[in-house]
Amino acid sequence: MKYIRDPKRIREVLGKKVQFILGDIACVYGGLLAGVSFFGGYPITPASEVAEGMARRLPRVGGVYIQMEDEIGSIAAVIGAAWGGAKSMTATSGPGFSLMMENYGFAVMTETPCVIVNVQRTGPSTGQPTLGAQGDMMQVRWGTHGDLEALAFAPSTVQECMDFTIEAFNLSEKYRNPACVMTDGEVGHLRERVVIPDEENLKIIDRRPATIDKKDFIPFTNSQTIKNCKVPDFPTFGTGYRTYVTGLTHNEKGFPATDKQPDHERLVRRITEKISDDADKLVMVEEMNLDDADIAFVTYGATARPAESAMEMARKNGMKVGLLRLKLVWPFPNKLITKLAKQVDKIIVPEMNLGQIVHPVTEFACKHCEVVSAPKIGGEMHLPMELYKYLEGK
Amino acid sequence: MVKIKTADELNKKFLREGMWPTIFCNGCGHGVVLEYTFWALEELGLDMDKVIFSSGIGCSSRLPGYINADGLHTTHGRAIAFATGIKAADPDFNVIVFTGDGDCAGIGGNHFIHAARRNIDMTVIMINNFIYGMTGGQLAPTAPLGSIATTAPYGNIEHPFDICNLACALGANYVARWGVSHPYQPIKSIKEGIQKKGFSLLEFLAPCPTAYGRRNKLGDIKKHWEWYDNNTILKEDLEKIMKYGSEQEKEQVKDKIPLGVFQDIQKPGFFEAYEQLVDRLKEKESKSIGGK
Amino acid sequence: MKKDIRICGFGGQGVILAGFIIGKAASVFENYHAVQSQSYGPEARGGAARSEVIISDEKIGYPRPVGVDCLVAMSQESFDTYRDDIRDDAVIIVDPDLVKKHEIGRKLYKVHALKIAEELGNKIVTNIVMVGAFTSIYGLLKPEAVKESVIDSVPKRFTELNVKAFERGLEAGKNALKEL
Repeated sequence: MKYIRDPKRIREVLGKKVQFILGDIACVYGGLLAGVSFFGGYPITPASEVAEGMARRLPRVGGVYIQMEDEIGSIAAVIGAAWGGAKSMTATSGPGFSLMMENYGFAVMTETPCVIVNVQRTGPSTGQPTLGAQGDMMQVRWGTHGDLEALAFAPSTVQECMDFTIEAFNLSEKYRNPACVMTDGEVGHLRERVVIPDEENLKIIDRRPATIDKKDFIPFTNSQTIKNCKVPDFPTFGTGYRTYVTGLTHNEKGFPATDKQPDHERLVRRITEKISDDADKLVMVEEMNLDDADIAFVTYGATARPAESAMEMARKNGMKVGLLRLKLVWPFPNKLITKLAKQVDKIIVPEMNLGQIVHPVTEFACKHCEVVSAPKIGGEMHLPMELYKYLEGK
Repeated sequence: MVKIKTADELNKKFLREGMWPTIFCNGCGHGVVLEYTFWALEELGLDMDKVIFSSGIGCSSRLPGYINADGLHTTHGRAIAFATGIKAADPDFNVIVFTGDGDCAGIGGNHFIHAARRNIDMTVIMINNFIYGMTGGQLAPTAPLGSIATTAPYGNIEHPFDICNLACALGANYVARWGVSHPYQPIKSIKEGIQKKGFSLLEFLAPCPTAYGRRNKLGDIKKHWEWYDNNTILKEDLEKIMKYGSEQEKEQVKDKIPLGVFQDIQKPGFFEAYEQLVDRLKEKESKSIGGK
Repeated sequence: MKKDIRICGFGGQGVILAGFIIGKAASVFENYHAVQSQSYGPEARGGAARSEVIISDEKIGYPRPVGVDCLVAMSQESFDTYRDDIRDDAVIIVDPDLVKKHEIGRKLYKVHALKIAEELGNKIVTNIVMVGAFTSIYGLLKPEAVKESVIDSVPKRFTELNVKAFERGLEAGKNALKEL
């Protein structure tokens, strides 16, 4: 019963091409379109609909759904399935994401492709279970111990929940690193129209398999099949490469090298550089009205919506306001922020937290302009009027 | 296939080159469990490309590194959850988990419980040395009452975890406990465990002279190994004595650790049940299409 | 054009489904932009529940209503709780049997949705009757589009009952318009 991605069958199970669905369900659709064949989940508000949606549909496309005992087990099973050859994912919210930090790091260290959807809610701790927040944006970057590069998307619409889940799989497969869809309780529980892409318009990237002779294969080094690529070829379990995969610092063969500084440095530099080298290519943003702007919102996810409304109000009143929306928050678009800071007088960073992404914005604005944090917490989005007041300098 | 006759031939076939020497101390029981596993695999004649190992953290969890096969050396306590995903990805895999008493019964207890309850098709080989050996001898959840550990310097006051008993209660398909000084029954048991669909647990009582024996005054390596012979009893013998023996005989054996096969049943494994579910959905769907 | 529509009632009455059907009708069966959000207490049944739909001919930024253009109320508690922010010219639709104290000094449309549903043999379709009434009273969406949305959103074996409920609601809405 080994899974084979069947585009026709997937669309049969998803149903009509145009639908009015929840953000959480759009993540399910994105996963299924990308070819997910394993989902390990654990119920948590406001992400449970993702697990429910998968439980309903995965058995019908030939995949496996298992409700694990906790989020630690969920991400562990997801990583195991990835080594068994599956595209695999899980979904959770803050408390579960905190539990996943251990094996999130394991996935980074072992270069395992997999996707985590985090439907963010307020914290710390249990917080407000049904309400949205953006409090885990630094956790996804720095929450597990050690050095890593994060791949993190922030959808603003239900359509993007689907599109970015597909993209998260693509980047995850390409770079062999976990990728996260950092949605939130607002977008996750919003219903909007989505259009399911036709197969010919769908770009699906699969991990590059190990193909060279088994005796010459080196599992944890630059690709042996294409030049100048720091992402190793993937020796799927069961294909005869007999790879040893460990979360310990390992040498190129995969053997533990826990007391050797050069091995650690070579490994961790490679697994971070494989992403940071491509950071400029990876920039995914939406620019609105920036050409003549002297004030700009830099924003992401749900918060981009009231910011856009505030921008429109300001434009109607003759203010030159623009908006830069980060679709992919990590890797951070450093150069773009510096360029923007040189152009505008002020950058305003609205977030549903007490100020997280405002920090890299401030860092890369390099004092070229004023950077203002516009926080809102407590499970409610900013009202457009509240953000408008920031534009007026109030 | 050339029939292997010696341990040396066996090692040549199954050991991974380049990982030697092992991290194990003199008198450690882990290598013996590894050899038993090799014999079992050899006798079963499995395709080693499809035998996948998973392990957590601790001395026992280093074993997959020494085996010429795919192996996932994971985080502390999580090996069984990882193994669940490996098996889910490909039903042709034979998944074997090496774990220790701390890894499996301590930090990984919940994963163990639920994999056994779900009856996930895997073979868990838990090597129990009553101690956290790799990290220098801290208290384990299986440590006997009164035993000494660096974190129980005045003697352990907690009751030890009987992991076989737990696995039986959870309805695992195959549950056995053995020592490391008599090879035939354990090798047979590992074979049975691997062949069994659903969840199999094999617990091995293995000496750790460095971290446990020394601290608990069990003598040199030889004496430490003898402790296991003197303090274990075949389950069947224990049952007979407790039923028909004199009070004196009962007194002599009542604190001994039973060895043997504790459970051998045929409940459908998780993936069998899952396939049935998929078939049921297909049937339902084809009916509803036919009915239109 | 941007309209904020709120449907409220008690938990279990199907206000979420009602909002879902309206949002879907607007964005899938017509060419509007629509978002639907919801809020409910921790209780699965009972309590005051509401479903908010925004329908616009332009892209919708802020997805929560900032006022209410049309309020549909199916319980007293929700009517009392969720009408503070309705606009002066808001259209109000109530089931007078479910919202007994509805005289608030404003004109409102009365639709006996529960009674109609009971006549149809199942009070579970009260919400669909209300969707029908909303369609004819508010006049924003084409009845055909909403009907298609109803059919698309309810279990196949209940299509007939729901279509009937929708059509009876549509008619009741027309009568309510005449009455006022």
